[in-house]
Order: sequence, then structure tokens, then C-alpha cells
Amino acid sequence: MSTAMLIPLVTGNRALTVGLFLAVVAVTLYITFWASRQSKTAADYYAGGRNFSGFQNGLAVSGDYMSAASFLGISGAIALYGYDGFLYSIGFLVAWLVALLLIAELLRNSGRFTMADQLAYRMRQIPVRSAAAISTIVVSIFYLLAQMVGAGSLVGLLLGVTSPAVKNVVIVLVGVLMIIYVTFGGMKGTTWVQIVKAVLLMAGTVLITFLVLVKFGFNLSDLLGAAAEKSGKGEAFLQPGLLYGKDLVGKFDFTSLALALVLGTAGLPHILIRFYTTPTAQAARKSVLWAIGLIGSFYLMTLVLGFGAAALVDTGKGSQIQTSAGNAASPLLAQAVGGGEGTLGGSVLLALISAVAFATILAVVAGLTLTSASSVAHDLYANVFKKGQASEKSELRVARIAAFGIGAVAILLAIPAQRLNIAFLVALAFAVAASANLPALLYNLFWKRFNTMGATFSIYGGLIMAVLLVTFSPVVSGTPTSLFPSANFDWFPLRNPGLISIPFGFLCGIIGTLISKEVHPAERYDELAVRALTGAGAEKAVVH
Amino acid sequence: MADRSAPLYEEGEADRLPSHDHEVYNRIAREGDFVELRRKYGAFAFPATIAFMAWYFLYVICANWARDFMNTKVVGNINIALVWGLLQFVSTFAIAYFYARHAKKSLDPLSSKLRDEFEQETGR
Repeated sequence: MSTAMLIPLVTGNRALTVGLFLAVVAVTLYITFWASRQSKTAADYYAGGRNFSGFQNGLAVSGDYMSAASFLGISGAIALYGYDGFLYSIGFLVAWLVALLLIAELLRNSGRFTMADQLAYRMRQIPVRSAAAISTIVVSIFYLLAQMVGAGSLVGLLLGVTSPAVKNVVIVLVGVLMIIYVTFGGMKGTTWVQIVKAVLLMAGTVLITFLVLVKFGFNLSDLLGAAAEKSGKGEAFLQPGLLYGKDLVGKFDFTSLALALVLGTAGLPHILIRFYTTPTAQAARKSVLWAIGLIGSFYLMTLVLGFGAAALVDTGKGSQIQTSAGNAASPLLAQAVGGGEGTLGGSVLLALISAVAFATILAVVAGLTLTSASSVAHDLYANVFKKGQASEKSELRVARIAAFGIGAVAILLAIPAQRLNIAFLVALAFAVAASANLPALLYNLFWKRFNTMGATFSIYGGLIMAVLLVTFSPVVSGTPTSLFPSANFDWFPLRNPGLISIPFGFLCGIIGTLISKEVHPAERYDELAVRALTGAGAEKAVVH
Repeated sequence: MADRSAPLYEEGEADRLPSHDHEVYNRIAREGDFVELRRKYGAFAFPATIAFMAWYFLYVICANWARDFMNTKVVGNINIALVWGLLQFVSTFAIAYFYARHAKKSLDPLSSKLRDEFEQETGR
């Protein structure tokens, strides 16, 4: 999942690929302008009018969640490391139970537009909203960078161009597109882009999975056997341990990653605000159920894609899958099952899967930009800076300006960040979300005594600890694959900070709450509890 | 339809705690139906969370420290590690299904009753 993709794919039909990419862009832009004519109020812009059904939002949640890192990264990791790539899928899926059981419905009933709305419900507004907005923006920017860096490499790879200048042009173009989606389409446009992407992704994945299974007579054991044999690693390819857990540090690193994955999802701001787009908590629940079904089936299919690529495509030293760190596995597999390089079927399937990957990136970056822009406008501008006195019109104007600003920042950061590993950025976003956001959300919902200082302590504590530990980890210095390979300040051995930073975030929440003299009135907690569980007084859908 | 006509709060309010919204909330909080709703929600959500986390980490720990067991073949090239990984999918689907059933049967009737009560009394 790194970005060191240098050897271009030899595409049989570059015109077809470019044509499909342009079709994806045209369809998404059409949706955006259609949605912009429908959006009038703040609830339209931030929450899509809260009119999406459980099924529609379930598709959109899946579209927001299944990023390029999962579509290309997980199947690639399985193609290269066998069983260990599958471990990502499991963590990413099981995590949805936290969202289903503890977060989705309660958040839908007690929040409004942003994650901070829920956290600030019974707290002092300025400190809590500032903290929640900062953590929202940090998590979203890490995630955004991963997607944009991926877009640059991927498009370069799929179109067969290698020059850094072209990759930069692609990053700028993706950035401009996402600014257009978010500025004009708001949540309504973004949601429909995600729905279209989810349908395309599922259809493409089902097709390739089916074609792979046909080749092996629908016998999973035969597929695994062929993959193990072709990989040159034999039985070890089907067993845990090739990627993680060679030594004790590796084993703890894997445990740390597992913790961050399972607790991160329910703290990702761009996932949380999706629950506001449904009319009721019941619809929010339904959307998580659909998401679990869709995402679960998708990850089961990536298992077939990954082992299929290992069995059918060259994954040895110097192969395209190796040099792309696995990212090329799904597109190359599509080419192989379509008939192979140079055949019509192979070219068509390669172009199709590439376009699906491109649509995936566009949908995810749009969701992330919208999340950050909403938090800047609604939390920082309207509540912290204007102290609640901003008009709705000026707030929405700031949201659109913020989308430009965040898009520009993401473009500027993504160009030098192309050296960074995508998996590292995504895993860091999950670790920060689990360390900073989840403790505060859970305490706020279930702990009466929790107060303003507890909230700010847990958010800043988890955030700072996660970022510090990564800074002093082998990801940043000390090894040849680090960000600064020649420097040596890697005193923290684990690549993922979750094992330390997540318990630390929870602990900070307790310490902050207890050392503060402030005891918030119990009436406001009762109010939150009643509202969260029953939906009494919750935000209603917009009626046009 | 405008979503908001008045400012979010009164001048100066932003520094303080949000003001109390409605006393009906506090009355409902003490009602038997709400206490029961809360108990029924917690009786499923918390044990289920503990159960799936334990089941997931048991799997993670075995993938790290019980490799011989995980590598045992079940049938053909399929080993316990793969079966257990797939069982994590099955358990996730199952818990989601049972929660949905529980919520529909035991939580939704209570919550909609209390919500109606709130809406009638406050006129919202």
C-alpha cells in the first residue's frame, strides 16, 4: 500500500480508460449541479436535508468507508502477504458493531451537523467545540492525504505515465473536483456521489470475484492451494505471520493495529456525520445494518481478489504488483480474468476496474472535505468565533470558503507527501479517531459526571499522544522505509500508536473530569439521555 | 423552509453551559417506561460489546501467540486461521441481526411512545 509505484501498467487501450474516467467525472459533476439546485438551508448543506432512507444512506456509508486503501490496498496486501492481509478486513468490519450498538442511533438523535454538536450538548461550547473541531480536521486531513497521494500514484499507474509532474497534475485535478463537489453539492451531492460509487464498486467486485471463482470451479481450497504454490511461500502464505508478528515487537504492533481498527471507525468524523442524513434513528440503524452487509460482503470478495491475484498474476520480485506495493493487484487481476494482456476482454475489464477505483477516490475525498468544511464553519466560525451570533447565510458562505481552503491545503500537502505510505496515513487516522474522539463520545453518552474538562482532556490527550508516538516511531525515522530514513529518533518501537494512545485518551477523560471542580447540572444529562434514546426533540427531516 | 431563524444562543451564552431546554425531558427521565427503555438498551448493547470485543481479541491473540493451533488444517487447504477469520464475519452479521430484532421488538415501541408524549406536551 505504499506509493512507490513507478512501473506503469501496459494498458491495452488507454483511450478506453481515459474515456471511462471522463464518464465518471461527468456523471459526478452532473449529480453535483443537480444537488446544488435542491440545497437551500443549512440542514440541506450539512445533512442532505436528513431525507435519505436507511438503504440509501447505507450505500453512502459504504461508499464513504470503502476507500482506495481497502479496495486496492487490502487485496494487494493479500496478494503479497497472503493471510495477514485478511486481518485488515476483519478489523475494519468488526468495528461497525461499535457504531451500531453504541453510537449511530444515539448520535443521530442528539447531534445536529457535526461531531462537536454531540460533544458540546451538555458542555461549555467554546472549549469543547474547539477541541472537537481540531481533532475532526486532523483526522480528516490525514485520511484525505492518503486518498490524494493514492490518486496521484494510481492514475499515473493506470494511465501509464510516470513523470512526477503528471502525478502532481492529477492531484491538483482531484483536489479541484472535490472542491467543486463540496462547494456546490454539499451533503446531498456528496451522498449521491457516494451512492453511485458504492454501486459501481460492488458491481465491479462481484464481476471480478465471479470470474476468478469460475476459473477455480468455485472451490476455495483449490484457489488457496494455487495461490500458495504460485506465491513461492507455500503453506506459510495461508497462515498468519508473513507480514506481522515475526518478533515480539511485531506481535504487539499487530495487536496495536487491531485495537485502532476496531475502535477507530466509530470515531471517524466523516462516518459520524453520515448518520445525520437520515430522518430518524431507526433509519440510521438501518443504514448501519446495510453498511455491515455491504462492507462485509465486499471484504469477503477482496479475499478472493487477493488470493486470486496471487494465483493468477505474477507477484514475484520486480513484478508490477511488487513495485506498486500491492496496489495494482485488483486492476491486473481484472485484466487477467478478462483474457489477459492485449486481449479485448482484458483491456475492457482493466479500464472498468480502474474507473471504479477512480470513482472510489473521488467519493471518499468529497466526504472528507465536506466533514472538515462543516466543522470549520459550524463549530469554529459560527459557535466559537461568532459565539452563536452568525446568520445561517454567512455560516454557509464560510463552509464553502472553508471547502476551498481545505482543498488547497490538501493539494499543497499531498504533493510533498507522495513519499508517505498510504497505509500509515489511514492507520494513523484510525488511531487518532479512536484515541481522541471515541472516549469523549462514549463518556458523553454514558457517564453522567463527565464534564467540559474531561472532554477537552480526552480529545487533546488522545490526539497529542497518538501524533507524538507516531513522530517517534519507525514510521518517521530510523529505517530505510521511514519518512526520514537518515535520521534516528525512533525510540517508540510500534508503528501504530493505538495500544498506548487509546487507553491514554480514555484515562485522560477520567482524570480531566475528576480534577475539575465543575459539576454540570444533572438535568442536562437527563435531557441528553432522553433525547438520545427516544429521539424526543431530535432534528427533523427538511420538508421542501 | 429555514432551519434556523434565531441565533444559536443568546449573547454571551456561548461561554457558559447550554441552557436547560425543557422540563418534560426531566420528567420523562424519571418515568418507568424510560427507565425500562434504558435498561433494555443497556442489557443488549453492553454485554454484546464486551462479547464481540473479547471474541475479536481472542482471535488476534491466537493469530499472534497460538500459531500452531491456527495453522491446523481443517479440510483441503483451509486452516483454522481462515475459518476463525470467516467466523468473525459470521458473528458480526449475527450480532447485527439480533440487535436489529431486539431494537425493533423491545426498544422502538417504548421510544416512540415516549417521543409522542414529549411532542404532545411540548407541541414540537
